[in-house]
Amino acid sequence: MVTVSRSTRLSIANEIDLVRARQEVRVQAQALGFSLVDQTRITTAVSELIRNMMKYAGGGTMDLEAVRNGVRAGLRIICVDKGPGIPDIGLAMKEGYSTSNGLGYGLPGTKRLVDEFDIWSEVGKGTRVTISKWR
Amino acid sequence: MEKIPIIKVGDTLLVSIQTDLQDQVAMAMQSDLLSKIETTSARGVIIDISVVDIVDSFLGRVLSDTASMARIMNAVVVVVGIQPSVAITLVELGLELKQIPTALNVERGLLLLREKLGGSDGRADAAGSEALGGDEEIARNGHG
Ligand SMILES: Nc1ncnc2c1ncn2[C@@H]1O[C@H](COP(=O)(O)OP(=O)(O)OP(=O)(O)O)[C@@H](O)[C@H]1O
Ligand SMILES: [Mg+2]
Repeated sequence: MVTVSRSTRLSIANEIDLVRARQEVRVQAQALGFSLVDQTRITTAVSELIRNMMKYAGGGTMDLEAVRNGVRAGLRIICVDKGPGIPDIGLAMKEGYSTSNGLGYGLPGTKRLVDEFDIWSEVGKGTRVTISKWR
Repeated sequence: MEKIPIIKVGDTLLVSIQTDLQDQVAMAMQSDLLSKIETTSARGVIIDISVVDIVDSFLGRVLSDTASMARIMNAVVVVVGIQPSVAITLVELGLELKQIPTALNVERGLLLLREKLGGSDGRADAAGSEALGGDEEIARNGHG
């Protein structure tokens, strides 16, 4: 069973929030003893998710949770927005698919960088992406 | 808004990008650099990212766009100092920045530039290709 030992919520509206969120994630990943590469993976994943929230939904919130599963410690990050939602998640997860003339690597790349990746979205309601990385 | 200084050393422009860069600052760097290439007729540019601890799709794109734009203006951009953890993450993310020449550090970058711009120094050749191979090696071995 996964238990949450600490949770921090940041609201995301602009670039300054993005930089702050990345710093916060880096600090907590460091504190949990993640390797430098894992710290970089998690921080980059978060950067991609927050960029999507800002670009497609005008912002949202990020919950950063220090979690534990038995003896394993980890970080769980939940990005939630109330934007337009994603009509076809399968398509959005495809490498190279972008509705904004982007590279379309954000979501599939993020999934590769973390241990667990879950996406929920409903058109007109919003999008929630949950990622976890375990030590 | 803060600004990234661009230093001219001989016929080369040197840019050192700081960490936690805001998007606007990165965009301003891009346009400043292109104007500097125009006003100084520099042929070589070194972008040092050794203190940058994450490169996401945005910064990756700024770097590759800057390199393409500079190329159109007849200048060569070499990105130097990519941290191993950043290289690993970039490859996993899918942004290999294949089209940008890279080198391990400023010194190697200068040699690579000399080679690319048709310098006569024989040593430049070895240093340049070794630096490129080196980055890939790190990225592949460090996975997992
Ligand atoms: N939070 C979101 N709200 C609405 N749509 C989204 C959201 N996140 C992603 N999408 C949709 O999924 C597509 C794929 O996202 P992804 O991050 O993989 O690529 P991108 O943002 O288009 O480009 P890149 O991230 O490479 O710059 C987006 O183009 C967009 O249509
Ligand atoms: Mg994206």
